[in-house]
Amino acid sequence: MAYQILASLCTACGACEFECPNKAIRIKNDIYFVKPEKCTECVGHFDTPQCVAICPIEGACIQA
Amino acid sequence: MNQRVIALDSLLNTGVTKRKGCAASGCGGAADGPDDMAPEVWAKVRDHPCYSEGAHHYFARMHVAVAPACNIQCHYCNRKYDCANESRPGVVSERLTPEQAARKVLAVAAAVPQLSVLGVAGPGDALHDFTRTFETFTLVARTLPDLKLCLSTNGLALPDHVAAITALNIDHVTITINVVDPEVGTRIYPWIFFRNRRWTGLEASRILLERQMEGLERLVAAGVLVKVNSVMIPGVNDEHLKAVNAAVKQRGAFLHNIMPLISDPAHGTHFGLSGQRGPTPAELKELQDALAGGASLMRHCRQCRADAVGLLGEDRGQEFRLDQLSATTQTADPAPRLEYRAMVAEARADRRRAAKAAAVRLAPLADVLPRRVAVCTKGGGRINQHFGHAREFQVYEVDRTGVRFIGHRRADNYCGGGFGQDENLEAIIAALAGIDTVLAAKIGACPRSRLAEAGIAVIQTYAHEYIETSLSALFASGLAPQALAS
Ligand code: SF4
Ligand code: SF4
Ligand code: SF4
Repeated sequence: MAYQILASLCTACGACEFECPNKAIRIKNDIYFVKPEKCTECVGHFDTPQCVAICPIEGACIQA
Repeated sequence: MNQRVIALDSLLNTGVTKRKGCAASGCGGAADGPDDMAPEVWAKVRDHPCYSEGAHHYFARMHVAVAPACNIQCHYCNRKYDCANESRPGVVSERLTPEQAARKVLAVAAAVPQLSVLGVAGPGDALHDFTRTFETFTLVARTLPDLKLCLSTNGLALPDHVAAITALNIDHVTITINVVDPEVGTRIYPWIFFRNRRWTGLEASRILLERQMEGLERLVAAGVLVKVNSVMIPGVNDEHLKAVNAAVKQRGAFLHNIMPLISDPAHGTHFGLSGQRGPTPAELKELQDALAGGASLMRHCRQCRADAVGLLGEDRGQEFRLDQLSATTQTADPAPRLEYRAMVAEARADRRRAAKAAAVRLAPLADVLPRRVAVCTKGGGRINQHFGHAREFQVYEVDRTGVRFIGHRRADNYCGGGFGQDENLEAIIAALAGIDTVLAAKIGACPRSRLAEAGIAVIQTYAHEYIETSLSALFASGLAPQALAS
């Protein structure tokens, strides 16, 4: 399982990219996305998915 | 190089002629500072437009938008759109990598010798993704070591970075502190992200406040000048800001800047949508007056954007968009800026002499009520702007004890549009509420009679004079504005 970013809601602030412990979040053509094979849902690192906890937009980071 | 300085002089229209016999860096020592400021503090603030009221007439700052991410949520912000409260463009505005930012700074420095300060103020928090902020400063310090560096932060990550801030010689930091009581904080901050989790409610505000105070104390101890920004939110923290002022003053904040909440449903912020209003100019002034004895209040803040370029109140950012920078390497030659600064030191000493002469002239006059006057100025401490070009008015008060700057009133440049000029003039008249006299370098006959009908006299007699000289002469004349205008 992995998280994903809804581009329609994302403001492209990059906060999640900075917090992700697995460098799973990338930007291409100004659009942020999660590389599913890298995302561990933060299990083993933190209690909550970091992208969800830092994201200012409700619902932009969701479970895929 | 000389040519550049002279061209600049005509741009500012200060009328200052460059005198011979002054080495580029030889003059303008601490001796030109105000009588009541320590020389080491003056050395830090004299060229900084945001920290010294006098400097914003002469110097330019630029902000680069390298920090879009933020670690807290404020009810007056939704990050998407340009935010008027936090020197912050929306994240959808031009964003720069540290390398791009450094290139932009070099281009501006080559074109604008007034440039003295580079700041990082968002769009998010300069210290959340601190790597971008510090990388930008490191690159710029290498090519342009004469620029002063500053940053703005909400303070949450500040204690972690005090050492890096001092190592980079960042000598000015702005912290936005809106409350000193976490209970009040819960009405402004819905959540923070700290130590890898999200905190809400009272706990969020308590942590944020503790971190802000720790950061403030440690910066002050390290000799960094700290300005505190507070957003005034009527019914939430307006009265409370007196306690904030006392607390930050006690911890050594150098300046306290109270900014009005700017709230508009179109911005989509929580406050905008919930109908929270901002303060009126009168409410803002009343609070500022009540705090006059606290940490020195800053009355000249223009809430400039995180990608602003230029003198305060002016934004030339659009001229330096990334796609407009040439790929050719720009010169990093500091000589035009050093020469400009030397010239300013001289001009300021001259203005200070004029202000002293004005004070001497005022002292023996009758002790009558102060007179409030708006002036149109492009900088240099002179009345040198055409009324129709003024985007803001600086308001001064004069009585026998002296000439005091008390704030500015914004007005949209009514000459610019070509349409809606009448409405704009009405907006200017509204912005000038309570003021019956305006000093301008020039004004057209039409707007002049419209303003006269509204009871506002626009006087051109003092064109290109120093503000202090003009206001003392005006006050000494004792004449009613209408008599002076005719
Ligand atoms: S859930 Fe964790 S690992 Fe996955 S993208 Fe978000 S921050 Fe990265
Ligand atoms: S934190 Fe949220 S808004 Fe910001 S880039 Fe990530 S998904 Fe987009
Ligand atoms: S600290 Fe600044 S960028 Fe962050 S939420 Fe508050 S206003 Fe917005």
